[in-house]
Amino acid sequence: MKILKEYKYDFTEIIHGYNNRSLKINLSDMKIESKQISEEMKQKFVGGKGFGLRYLWDAVTPETKWNSPENEIVISSGPVGGITQYPGSGKSIVVTLTPLNDTPMDSNVGGHFGPLLKFSGWDALELQGKADKEVIVYIDGNEGIIKIMESNIETIDSHILSEELTEMFAKDETDKRNYSIVSTGSAARYSNVAMLNFTFYDVKRKKVRLKQAGRGGIGRVFNDKGIKALVIKYEGVKSDLNNPANISKINRAGIRFHKEMNRYDDEQNGMRKIGTANIVEVMNDYDLLPTHNFKFGSHKDIAKIESKVFIEKYITQNIYDGCWHGCSMSCAKAADDFKIKTGPYAGHKVIVDGPEYENAAALGSNIGVFCPETILELNFYCDTYGIDTISFGTMVAFAMECYENKVFTKEDTGLDLSFGNIDSALELIHQIADGRGFGKIVGMGIKFMKKYFIENFDADPKFMFDIGMEQKGLEFSEYMPKESLAQQGGYGLTNKGPQHDEAWLIFMDMVNNQIPTFEDKAEALHYFPMFRTWFGLVGLCKLPWNDVTPHSNKYSKEPAKMPEHVQNYVDIYNGVTGKNVKIDDMIEESERVYNFQRIFNIRMGYGKRTNDKIPYRSMGPVTIEEYLSREDRYDKQLKEIVGYNLTNKSTEEKMAVLREYRESQYEKLTDAVYKRRGWSKDGVPTIEKLKELGMDLPELVDIVSRHL
Amino acid sequence: MKILQFNESLCIGCHNCEETCSKVYFKTEDISKARLRITEKVDDFNRFKGCNQCGDCIDVCPEGAIYRMKNGAVTVDKKICVGCMMCVAFCSDFHYHDDYVEPYKCLSCGACSRSCPTGALTMKVEG
Repeated sequence: MKILKEYKYDFTEIIHGYNNRSLKINLSDMKIESKQISEEMKQKFVGGKGFGLRYLWDAVTPETKWNSPENEIVISSGPVGGITQYPGSGKSIVVTLTPLNDTPMDSNVGGHFGPLLKFSGWDALELQGKADKEVIVYIDGNEGIIKIMESNIETIDSHILSEELTEMFAKDETDKRNYSIVSTGSAARYSNVAMLNFTFYDVKRKKVRLKQAGRGGIGRVFNDKGIKALVIKYEGVKSDLNNPANISKINRAGIRFHKEMNRYDDEQNGMRKIGTANIVEVMNDYDLLPTHNFKFGSHKDIAKIESKVFIEKYITQNIYDGCWHGCSMSCAKAADDFKIKTGPYAGHKVIVDGPEYENAAALGSNIGVFCPETILELNFYCDTYGIDTISFGTMVAFAMECYENKVFTKEDTGLDLSFGNIDSALELIHQIADGRGFGKIVGMGIKFMKKYFIENFDADPKFMFDIGMEQKGLEFSEYMPKESLAQQGGYGLTNKGPQHDEAWLIFMDMVNNQIPTFEDKAEALHYFPMFRTWFGLVGLCKLPWNDVTPHSNKYSKEPAKMPEHVQNYVDIYNGVTGKNVKIDDMIEESERVYNFQRIFNIRMGYGKRTNDKIPYRSMGPVTIEEYLSREDRYDKQLKEIVGYNLTNKSTEEKMAVLREYRESQYEKLTDAVYKRRGWSKDGVPTIEKLKELGMDLPELVDIVSRHL
Repeated sequence: MKILQFNESLCIGCHNCEETCSKVYFKTEDISKARLRITEKVDDFNRFKGCNQCGDCIDVCPEGAIYRMKNGAVTVDKKICVGCMMCVAFCSDFHYHDDYVEPYKCLSCGACSRSCPTGALTMKVEG
């Protein structure tokens, strides 16, 4: 490949998790530069998502759109990222302005790229500008060379592209483990929900594996910048490369956790057997599994897609599936030699990553598909085409409900989009990837579809907004928040939109009744989003925090917080950085970045109370069919809690009263959460709050002053 | 294959074996770095922890760094090992020390048995 630009750099020692410099590449003028990271930057933004948001803020203006040249894609792991002793320590966080609504998006991803970037000498990578011709950016972290090369590769889809690039760059089989590739797929040319695949080389299978920065259309930005792929090489990963301040703390925490996995995983969640998909049937049992566009929470055919089916028939057992070194939770499961039936890879035997819980729900129950092989095939195509599985499922579910409600017909779209129509679901995914037919519309996301259906099919706007499960442009992830007010807040009162990585409170709220009052819920909607934000600042995966339960939890006053594991995080963070922080300090670190992101949203015109509203489908029954499916529950709530006399009342009358009640509850919750977070009634962080956090930076004060 | 054998009734708890092991592999007589363990017990026999080279750990290593050598003993390839410690958590016959990245284990070299003054430790040929 023709080299368009070459840049050589010297190595500096990593000190306590930081190189103290970042790499910026502008693809418009091929400028490559090294930027120093100040102590203040580390103190206020820590790393990972914090660095990504800070760099993105500096790069853009309120007028910048997702496809403006100045928009950036920033990739950063974080100070703890890259340790090998504690599970889940290889995360990268990717930040950009999303094509869904031109506001900051963050998405976390496994695979080896982020840690290898750090060991290659860079705490973050900023990609700005647009290349004239498609390029591959290559970073050799052992030689200290960066090359921008003109791509001569025709392959588009990730599963083949990442294999070809690994073969092309690695000198032999042993060398392949030292590479990680970032790419997207066919859909990135057309779809707003296109994602990025990050690879790791699976030394046991001798295959390239893909992990996804799924949410928010980052793949589309990547494609728009003219980037075919990022390739990184670093040979020599060891547990001490972060030059930790106290390796003993990290070793001890890691061994303690590995032992816990050995002892408890089989009897608890079975993460090493099936990963997060272990909860498919649990969600169904609790009536929480999104079914038919979140109308229902369970389905009679659930046995066909429960985790046992995947464990017994499809997912390879007893093989290591960690997406970074040393992950004994090992949840990145795979179906080996899965035969594809449709599309360009029909007849190929491929490795399918997953299905994770979200995929099984999105590609299964939510679109009415109860066929494990279809779920796996959709999962494969989502990955290789570069489509976010969660958005795909929620988008198709929305389109299917519209079809069933005759918003459009088969004549309009060429497809029978009844719930559960497997052929149509598969056809849609190929259409999204090729940007043709009705798939081109669906692939733009629900926010776009709602407008399109109103304008072109004369759809009822109210119905569209009630059943279109998106907020801030992002499709809901796969939990039913309808009966859990706290989870409605967990989805709605978020920075990037309805994604469960901020707060997953369904069980605390609904099943265990641990947060009964508004104040309790508000406290949970403060603590958990902040605690979970912290993972994204330092380079960690959230799953090892609570997907195995230590014995000590039985005696804990706050079992939902998993205090023993929190202490592990305190230990490894202090162990790497040499800090002496406590959990409260970690929460404050998160608060700084969280409030920064909130103000960034406001700066981009999208971060106030009006944007925190959620579709009624996520709060209560939109249709008579839904009401009747849970009539006893709703009647009881009306009678006992609202004090409404049900005698001689029609279902429509009851629905109206229930709606008024539930919407008012959400408003009250919003008030309580804003208060707890130190925000105004309109959801704007106050200057007092910024001062308290040491975040009263002039550029932030300037924004909030105009909105308070 | 040679396997380390322990006769508890002969052990006097002198820890020569551990010192020797540490010296052979790490050039220091620091029993916290030994690849076997003698635990002294009051009013009871001393306890021994040492590897029987069963090889169950080979599949546990995610990196494929653990392998059986030609002499039958199981070892860690330090070039491949990244120091994740999963083997240490899996089997108590793996050891680690904060001075070193890679965990380590008994290689059935017999140095410890040769240093044992009472014959409590011996090497037995098995298999």
